[in-house]
Amino acid sequence: MRYLPHTEEDVTTMLQATGVESLDDLFATAPDSCRRERGLNLPEPLGEFELCERVGSLAGRMGVSPEYTVYLGAGSYEHFIPASVSYLLGRSEFSTSYTPYQPEMSQGTLQAIYEYQTLVARLLGMDVANASVYDGASALAEALSMAVRITKRDKVAVSNLIHPAYRRVVQTYFETTGHEVAQLPYLSNGRTDLSELDRLEGLAALAVQSPNFLGCIEDVQAAADVARRKQALLVVTFSEPLAYGLLKSPGSQGADIACGEGQSLGLPQSFGGPGLGMFAGKMEHVRNLPGRLVGQTTDKDGNRGFVLTLATREQHIRREKATSNICTNNSLCAVAAAMYMASLGATGLREVAALNRDKAEYLKRRLIETGAEIPFEAPTFNEFVVKFGDDFSATYERLLNKGIVPGLHLASHYPELTGHYLLCVTEVRTKAQMDTLVKEISS
Amino acid sequence: MTRFPGATGLVLNEPLLWEKGKQGRSGMSIPPRDVDRSPFPEELLGTPPEFPDLSEVDVVRHYTRLSQWNFGVDTGMYPLGSCTMKYNPKINEKLAGLPGFSKAHPLLPHHLCQGALALMFELERLLAEVTGMHAVSLQPAAGAQGELAGMLIIHAYHKSRNSQRSKIIVPDTAHGTNPASAAICGYRPVKVKSNEQGVLTPESIAALMDEETAGIMVTNPNTLGLFEEHISEIGRIVHEKGGLVYCDGANMNALMGIVDMGKTGVDVLHLNLHKTFSGPHGGGGPGSGPVCVRKDLERFLPVPRVVEQEGQYVLSEQFPETIGKVHAFYGSFGVLVRAYSYILSMGPELKRASQLAVLNANYIKERLRGAFHLAYDRPCMHECVFSDKLQRAHKVTTLDMVKRLMDYGFHPPTIYFPLVVEGAIMIEPTETESKENIDLFIEAMKAVAEEAVQNPELLRSAPTRCKVRRLDETSAARSPCLTG
Repeated sequence: MRYLPHTEEDVTTMLQATGVESLDDLFATAPDSCRRERGLNLPEPLGEFELCERVGSLAGRMGVSPEYTVYLGAGSYEHFIPASVSYLLGRSEFSTSYTPYQPEMSQGTLQAIYEYQTLVARLLGMDVANASVYDGASALAEALSMAVRITKRDKVAVSNLIHPAYRRVVQTYFETTGHEVAQLPYLSNGRTDLSELDRLEGLAALAVQSPNFLGCIEDVQAAADVARRKQALLVVTFSEPLAYGLLKSPGSQGADIACGEGQSLGLPQSFGGPGLGMFAGKMEHVRNLPGRLVGQTTDKDGNRGFVLTLATREQHIRREKATSNICTNNSLCAVAAAMYMASLGATGLREVAALNRDKAEYLKRRLIETGAEIPFEAPTFNEFVVKFGDDFSATYERLLNKGIVPGLHLASHYPELTGHYLLCVTEVRTKAQMDTLVKEISS
Repeated sequence: MTRFPGATGLVLNEPLLWEKGKQGRSGMSIPPRDVDRSPFPEELLGTPPEFPDLSEVDVVRHYTRLSQWNFGVDTGMYPLGSCTMKYNPKINEKLAGLPGFSKAHPLLPHHLCQGALALMFELERLLAEVTGMHAVSLQPAAGAQGELAGMLIIHAYHKSRNSQRSKIIVPDTAHGTNPASAAICGYRPVKVKSNEQGVLTPESIAALMDEETAGIMVTNPNTLGLFEEHISEIGRIVHEKGGLVYCDGANMNALMGIVDMGKTGVDVLHLNLHKTFSGPHGGGGPGSGPVCVRKDLERFLPVPRVVEQEGQYVLSEQFPETIGKVHAFYGSFGVLVRAYSYILSMGPELKRASQLAVLNANYIKERLRGAFHLAYDRPCMHECVFSDKLQRAHKVTTLDMVKRLMDYGFHPPTIYFPLVVEGAIMIEPTETESKENIDLFIEAMKAVAEEAVQNPELLRSAPTRCKVRRLDETSAARSPCLTG
């Protein structure tokens, strides 16, 4: 086996040095009662060629571009990734290292993460960002736990227009804690109804997503005002960070914690993971942040260098009193996001964001022309809801057969939205593709 | 940072991103604009973030330079204990990057994602076979999230029996994530000491286990690299009082094809696919931490689950007793592809991988005996733990020694863990290191031990051959500078 370098001679010499007769004897401390009764019932090893055939055939049974034109968003977005980002990410000095516990030998990862933290803080308008958590969902769960810790209150209010999967993960994390999660309904314009909040007391946090799950841009400032009034922390979450290339940042509108999914920033969709949990907060709360932080310092000679810092928040030091149980995070994904943000720059970011918005607006206009209804009037970024009506399912099937996935039916998440579909248009959709979609829908 | 012209090329200095660039440059080719601009509501429009504008060449040189300051498994031996830094096969990278996987949207209609679902279904079965457990969920995104899922399953199990329990037994050798994960579930960790042989005794567990205790979290082999030989007896004691046995499978690389985790009495187990199953560690992640359970706990696994229905794979939510979701979608799918490819490449030879991992660790243990103090002088599994006890007389610490080891071109072992060994040096070579590499490592370690006696100052001032000298971690924490 090409990954196992030992020759029989090596094995013999090494066994002799250890004073053990055979490889089996190395396991003498494992009692018979714990041993397997039979060998591993696994298929015989495949060589590279056969493996490529086998796994390649699985990868071939997937509906992806260019064969399929996919209008799905809902937390996973098809964006163009520059070749340079994928290429650099393949540098195995990055990918085959681990957590930079030994900073002198890990300055590459450390500087890259320090830069990532900086770019994320700037994008979200926050003081400080951590080195990542797993995904948007766990980021929200961590944010709400952090708010509970800071305020010492145990009730949180969560908009119903936060990604349904994120809300379910919060529910899982909170299941055993006794913290209460109040769900906020939404208004007919597609934004969160904040009026309910006045009836809720003892809130640790108010959480809204912008753009929200229906694609609508929330009035974050209004949410911040209510949160202040209730002395609760405002958590702004997101699944599409590219929107902040156009929108006001969460921080500039009063967010105390901004967190969400960073897959859009140069990561392949990869059937939903790994993604990137982005997490940013205020400096005054830094000792309550979950996850790793990289800080700048100097070495013995006074040269700039970077280290993991404020580790006394973390599980390997604080154990059950840690701010989170997270250890391994999504570091390489964070480096990818930094490479992507660096490639775009401020100018490019605005241009890509505008392109997303403009293309989505184009499709929206064209669909309205054909008589489709856009039920929510709040402004949107690159996703929006269309009411096609109850009889659209036949059209949906017909389009699938033509290689078009025309969005996500919302009924399973919002039963009242039967016949409503969430469509996403990014910079990779062409006018011609959208014209085809419109033509197919109206035929 | 750049002290003289050409310094970035010669002495490997590289400015921070925002110390480079010029407004108006671009490092990215943006798809063409084929639609008109739409007006954007003024009140929603923000100012662009202060990102530097860089060219593609700027970006490529920047990250290429940074990568050169890193040390990975591809650079050299990386014997970081409890992290299983084995070789990461390149074919796995290629397969995870196949467009059918990398471009797949997670909410595709199920008939358009049969390939991914089949892979997940099969991987669950493969992991069940390797561990001896009955059912598997691939959803947890890393080991610690697998632990959390496992703890939630234990919580759900007790709840289903109308039993409310408040404590969990956690050995003093446990990873920090164990008590932290238990605490999220509202369990109070109760510490139990390992004995003078470094393992848990049935008596100590019997003394703590009661009907207020949800179970025990064990790591097997434990973080001293020792097989918990009384695990079956401990399991019986825990089960008798209605508790469950959780096993942290971070060290599964020692046991493949040899130990049946189900037979050891384990009820819930998590794996780290980025460790045992060769996923690259990515400078700290992404990982994947599947949770595996015995048969009657399957009903609590996270949803959705991949099930087979009329010859098709579908994602099913029809598990009313589930703990719910822990990930927005199905976990780190990209890591799953790598683990699947690895298992199919190895097949039954996974057993030999474990045997060689254990052989390498025992060989190091024997060859370094005498040069360093052996914390527990017993046959080890895939890792061995030394300490700086012999060097303390020369006022040399573990930290000094491993910093010096860097000058010899090796990544240091895990240090100061497990906490039960003062000045611990925890060495996990893995099976993919050849005898020659290991001999070089042993030679370097012995040279460091020698230097500790002859020239301790050399160690205290190490490293001298890395990008930077020893860094001031105290001031980094005292006045944190976390953004530039």
